[in-house]
Amino acid sequence: MSNDNSVKTGLRESATFDRNTMAEIRRAADTGIYDIRGFGAKRKLPHFDDLLFLGASMSRYPLEGYREKCNTSVTLGDRFAKKPIVLDIPVTIAGMSFGALSANAKEALGRGASIAGTSTTTGDGGMTPEERGQSKKLVYQYLPSRYGMNPDDLRKADAIEVVLGQGAKPGGGGMLLGQKITDRVAQMRNLPKGIDQRSACRHPDWTGPDDLAIKIQELREITDWQVPIYIKVGATRTYYDVKLAVKAGADVIVVDGMQGGTAATQDVFIEHVGIPTLAAIPQAVQALKEMGMHRKVQLIVSGGIRNGADVAKCMALGADAVAIGTAALVALGCNDPRWDEEYQKLGSAAGFYDDYQEGKDPAGISTQDPELMKRLDPVEGGRRLANYLRVLTLEAQTLARACGKNDLRNLEPEDLVALTVESAAMARVPLAGTSWIPGQSF
Amino acid sequence: MKTIDLTSSTVRDLNQALHEQALECTEREWAVTNPKGQHNLAVGLDQKLAVDIHGHAGYFCAGMNKKAHIVVHGNAGQGLAENMMSGTVRVKGDASQAAGATAQGGLLVIEGNAGARCGISMKGVDIVVKGSVGHMSCFMGQSGSLVVCGDAGEALGDSLYEVHIYVKGEVKSLGADCIEKDMRAEHIEELSGLLNRAGVDEDPAAFRRYGSARQLYTFKVDNASAY
Repeated sequence: MSNDNSVKTGLRESATFDRNTMAEIRRAADTGIYDIRGFGAKRKLPHFDDLLFLGASMSRYPLEGYREKCNTSVTLGDRFAKKPIVLDIPVTIAGMSFGALSANAKEALGRGASIAGTSTTTGDGGMTPEERGQSKKLVYQYLPSRYGMNPDDLRKADAIEVVLGQGAKPGGGGMLLGQKITDRVAQMRNLPKGIDQRSACRHPDWTGPDDLAIKIQELREITDWQVPIYIKVGATRTYYDVKLAVKAGADVIVVDGMQGGTAATQDVFIEHVGIPTLAAIPQAVQALKEMGMHRKVQLIVSGGIRNGADVAKCMALGADAVAIGTAALVALGCNDPRWDEEYQKLGSAAGFYDDYQEGKDPAGISTQDPELMKRLDPVEGGRRLANYLRVLTLEAQTLARACGKNDLRNLEPEDLVALTVESAAMARVPLAGTSWIPGQSF
Repeated sequence: MKTIDLTSSTVRDLNQALHEQALECTEREWAVTNPKGQHNLAVGLDQKLAVDIHGHAGYFCAGMNKKAHIVVHGNAGQGLAENMMSGTVRVKGDASQAAGATAQGGLLVIEGNAGARCGISMKGVDIVVKGSVGHMSCFMGQSGSLVVCGDAGEALGDSLYEVHIYVKGEVKSLGADCIEKDMRAEHIEELSGLLNRAGVDEDPAAFRRYGSARQLYTFKVDNASAY
C-alpha cells in the first residue's frame, strides 16, 4: 500500500500491518465491537476476470453477430413443479429484503426485472405488495427467521427458495440494525421497533438433509406442487451441498459465492468465510453431473457478477442462469458519484460506501428513511435496471456467438482458458496456451 | 363427515381434498384414519374445517394451518403446527421438537409433553402444554404465549423477545436474557384465559411468569459475553 509520498521519502509500509489493518485495530480498540457493514468481500480473489474465451477461428464456426439468433431463455424448475419458471434472460435478481432495501428500491427491482423478462426474489422480511405487484415472476425466500412467512404469500409466489445460507456469510444469519426497524419493518417481522434484529442462522424446525427432504415435501403439499423449489447455499463445501440438495428434492440450486453481497454482517465474516464463486461452479456442476442431474436440476450462480462476460463465463462453466444483487443496486444508483458529497459526510465516498446497516444511504436504496427513499424514483430505477440487464444479455450473446454458440447454455468449459494457475485450478480449465489444468493433468 | 383412509389414499390426496375446501366448503368434518406417522398431514389448510387424525402423525402435521381445528389422536412428530396462522391444533399425546415453530396465531394445545425447542421463534401463537417442554423452548420467541403445566428444560426463553411464558413446575435453567417476572393481576387474567381456551384445569396462581430482560435488544459492548 505505497503511495507517491512514501516512495519519495523512503518510508516503507508493512504489508502485514498496512494502514487498513491498523485502522481496524484502532477501531476495535475504540469501540469494543466487531465491524458490521454491508456489501460483499472486498479482498482480491480469483474471479471471472482471470478467464478468457477462445473465440472461433479455423476449428470453430462463429455465428453472425447481427443476423443469427443466440437463445437466452431458460426454464427453471421443471423437475417436479407443475408450473416451472420461464425466463427470457438467464440473469435473475437475487434475494434482498424489504427492510434492508427501501420499498422504492424493491419496486424498482421488480419493474426492471419484469421489463427485461426475468425474476426477482424477496428476502428476510417477507413479501411486500409493491414487490409482488411489480414483479411478474417473484421467488419467495423461505428463511430461518420466517419473518412475514405466511401461506397466502407462499401461494402467490412463482417459486420458493429455501435459503440455507448466502455467500457473504455462510453459516450466519441476517442482521438488521435498529436504525432500519421502522414501524412497517417491525410490523412485518413481528418485532419491537428499533431493536437490533438478529436473524437465526438455522431453520427452526428441521436439521440436516433428511429433514429438509420432508420440509420440501411440506412446501410442495401446501402449494399443491405448483411451483419450483430452489435451495440456496453459500459456497463452501459446494460439491457435497449440491448433492444433498438434489437428494432432498430441489428443483433448482442456487450457489452464492463469497463475493455475494449482504445488507449487514460482520466484516470478519464477509472477508473470511466461503469460497470464491469461480471455485464453486465446477464443484456444483461436478456434483450434478455425477448424479445425472445437470440441466435437469438447474444451477443458478451468484456472487460478484458484473458484466456479460461474467454471465457467459458462469454459463460456460455449467450454470443455467446467474443472479445479481450488488450490481443491480449499482444500476439503481448505489455508490453513484452524484451523491459523493453526502457519502463524504458519512465518512465514506462514492465507490466505497458499504454502511448499508446504518440506513442513511444517500441514494435512497438501503434505507428506510422516507426522505432519502424519495430520491429513488422506482420507475426511473426500473428503467435503468432493465437497460443494464439488456446490456448483460447482449454482451453474453456477443461472446457466445463468437464461440459459435446459438444458445448461451451451449457455452462450455472447452471455450475457456485461465490467466493464472489459481484460476485454472479453481475453474478447472487450462492455463492459457497450455493444456494444463492444475490438479487434473500435466 | 368424510373419512380418508391413508392406507388407500396418499398424503397428496388428503391435502388436495382439504385444500379444495378453501374455495368452496362442502364438508366441514373430516376424519383421517391409518396415518401411521406419515409426514405433512393436513398442511396448508385455509378453511374452518374440523379434522380428526386417528393415530400418530409425522413431521409438520398441521403446518401453516389457517382457520381449521385439527386434532391428532396420538403423538405428533417434529414441527407440529409450524408457522400456524390461526385455528386450533390439539395433540392428545406427545409432540416432538419444534412444536409451534414460528407460528403466528391460533392455539396449539399439547396434552402430553413437548420436546426440545417448543415454540421456537414463535410469532404470536398461544401454546399450552399440559406436560413438560424440552430444552431451548421458546428460543428467540417473538410474541404470543407459552404455558407449561409441567417442567421446562434447560435454557428456557433464550434470546427472548416479547413472548409471555408461564411455567407451573420446575425450570431447569433460563436462557440468555430471560428472567422471572412478577405475576400481576393482568397476567393471572391472561393465563386464566389461555387455560380456559385450552380446556386445561389448572390454578393460574400456581404458575410463575418469565419474560425478556430486553438487555440484548441492541448491541452493547458490555453484553459481549452473552453472544
